[in-house]
Amino acid sequence: MARPTRLAWWHLLITLVALLAVTVGAVLLGAIDLGWQRVLAEVWAQLTGGVSPLSEQESAILWQLRMPRVVLAGLVGAALACSGATFQGVFRNPLADPYLLGAAAGAGMVVTIVVVLAPGAGVAFLPAAAFVGALGGVALTWGLGRSTGAGTATLLLAGVAVASFLTAVQTFVQQLNTLTLQQVYGWILGGLSTGGWSQVLSALPYLAVALTVLCTCSGLLDVLTLGDEEAASLGVRPGVVRLVVLGAASLATAAAVSVSGLIGFVGIVVPHVIRLLFGASYRVVVPLSLAGGAIFLILADIVARTALAPAELPIGVVTAFTGAPFFVLILRRRQS
Amino acid sequence: MTALRLAAVIAGYRGRIVVRDVSAHVPAGSWLAVIGPNGAGKSTLLKSVAGLVPATGDVSVDGRSVAALGHRERARLIGYAPQTPSLPEGLTVTDYVLLGRTPHLGPLGRESRSDLDLVAGVLERLDLTTLADRPLRTLSGGERQRAVLARVLAQQAGVLLLDEPTTGLDIGHAQALLELVDQLRKADGTTVVSTLHDLTLAAQYPDRVLLLDDGEVAAVGTPAEVLTADRLSRHYAASVTVLTGPDGSLVVAPTRR
Repeated sequence: MARPTRLAWWHLLITLVALLAVTVGAVLLGAIDLGWQRVLAEVWAQLTGGVSPLSEQESAILWQLRMPRVVLAGLVGAALACSGATFQGVFRNPLADPYLLGAAAGAGMVVTIVVVLAPGAGVAFLPAAAFVGALGGVALTWGLGRSTGAGTATLLLAGVAVASFLTAVQTFVQQLNTLTLQQVYGWILGGLSTGGWSQVLSALPYLAVALTVLCTCSGLLDVLTLGDEEAASLGVRPGVVRLVVLGAASLATAAAVSVSGLIGFVGIVVPHVIRLLFGASYRVVVPLSLAGGAIFLILADIVARTALAPAELPIGVVTAFTGAPFFVLILRRRQS
Repeated sequence: MTALRLAAVIAGYRGRIVVRDVSAHVPAGSWLAVIGPNGAGKSTLLKSVAGLVPATGDVSVDGRSVAALGHRERARLIGYAPQTPSLPEGLTVTDYVLLGRTPHLGPLGRESRSDLDLVAGVLERLDLTTLADRPLRTLSGGERQRAVLARVLAQQAGVLLLDEPTTGLDIGHAQALLELVDQLRKADGTTVVSTLHDLTLAAQYPDRVLLLDDGEVAAVGTPAEVLTADRLSRHYAASVTVLTGPDGSLVVAPTRR
């Protein structure tokens, strides 16, 4: 019997164990030491309805600060890595990332405008502004790409054009209002805020739908890598598949950007690491990128919170700083 | 056994007509080679049969017009290998050949044990079993062409369209591949339509030859009927002699002007 590259039980086992380990680590580490025995007892108490060993304040730190932040990091990482893998598949380009079609530039521009128009009160609207901006940027690119031709190369170039145009607008607005520079810059560097469960809940519905679509369609990405003509000769409609998966990936990216700003590196590196370790079929790359992205970003957030405690590093800095050497290591080991 | 019929097929790209009014009948289990000078429309003709370029006229398989069929249904009847297939370099041979099962899979794309068994069988027939787990990028030219053929065979279509299947192969590998196609077609009763560049090979393998020039059928018949020095000189603007080889097959040889 032929042995194809497919998800196996041991993939899921490794993933679950790693995810559990980083989650436990992230919940235990922080400015205040809660003690692992007491946290364990607390979880047991919550599950069985027993008496909590933690004080009210400690309980709030655990359930209202650390847990939502870990979950948010996991969701954002999963979204970015999964979208990145999808973009690489659709564009048949290893350097494609989720921000390629103008999601980052669109979000950046709209966020800047909101900050400028309402410097104080605008903060509450930033997630919504980023979400709308990201989707708007992608829609603009899609419209422009469709009007000039249907191929992926045209779409890619339209993305470059839209991104530079929107970034130019953003820079212009920023230059006119230099006082807002720090706030905008802080958002662009990316960070997982401590907004509690509300941010998790605001992003969750979009992510659930988008990531389900991406994992379901991962087999079709393999067919797309044959090129449009061969895919069509196998009964697949490449244009329709592209529309669906790029739409889903952009929705996931927009939801992630809206709650975390622009976090680079995850979308490119995680899928490549997965590819090097487990094989190139998108049937494996997409679902494992989802898990790998979650694990990677939870780890990165631990570093961001603890490296310079009590100050916090921007998580985008951490992902690049830790991810790049790790990636080089994997690449070198693989070649030797 | 699957017969293919083309009736008044006109095909092209964006306002440019490349194939004009081609009609042909390919009996079930036979091999038709499409020959003609560069730019004659050979590849476009094959693509129009596979439904990959806008075309008018009618293509029917066993009397059923394929225009009325859905994409997947059509893909189960007609397999197509392009002249320069794009090979996703990181995929293993098994993963790649499995993609040929795409039109047979359910909506979630899960392949069953029988799909995997079928692929294993195809790999064995094409002597690819030892390469099954190798990434495509590590294959030689001849192995790649065999992998492409395996992918099309896994599609289990009654009609195979092969666009220049011997591109980039030396004379020995080209022969081996065409022998393979011939064996497989005779064993399975598959109908083959291929474009061929090498006229001597076109004289040896197919049952019938269709000469296309400027998108129109210039001649059609057995290799001996179509491949005459006079006709080839005219349509290829070439100077050739047609010799008879020791085994009685035709040899098309260029001569200095």
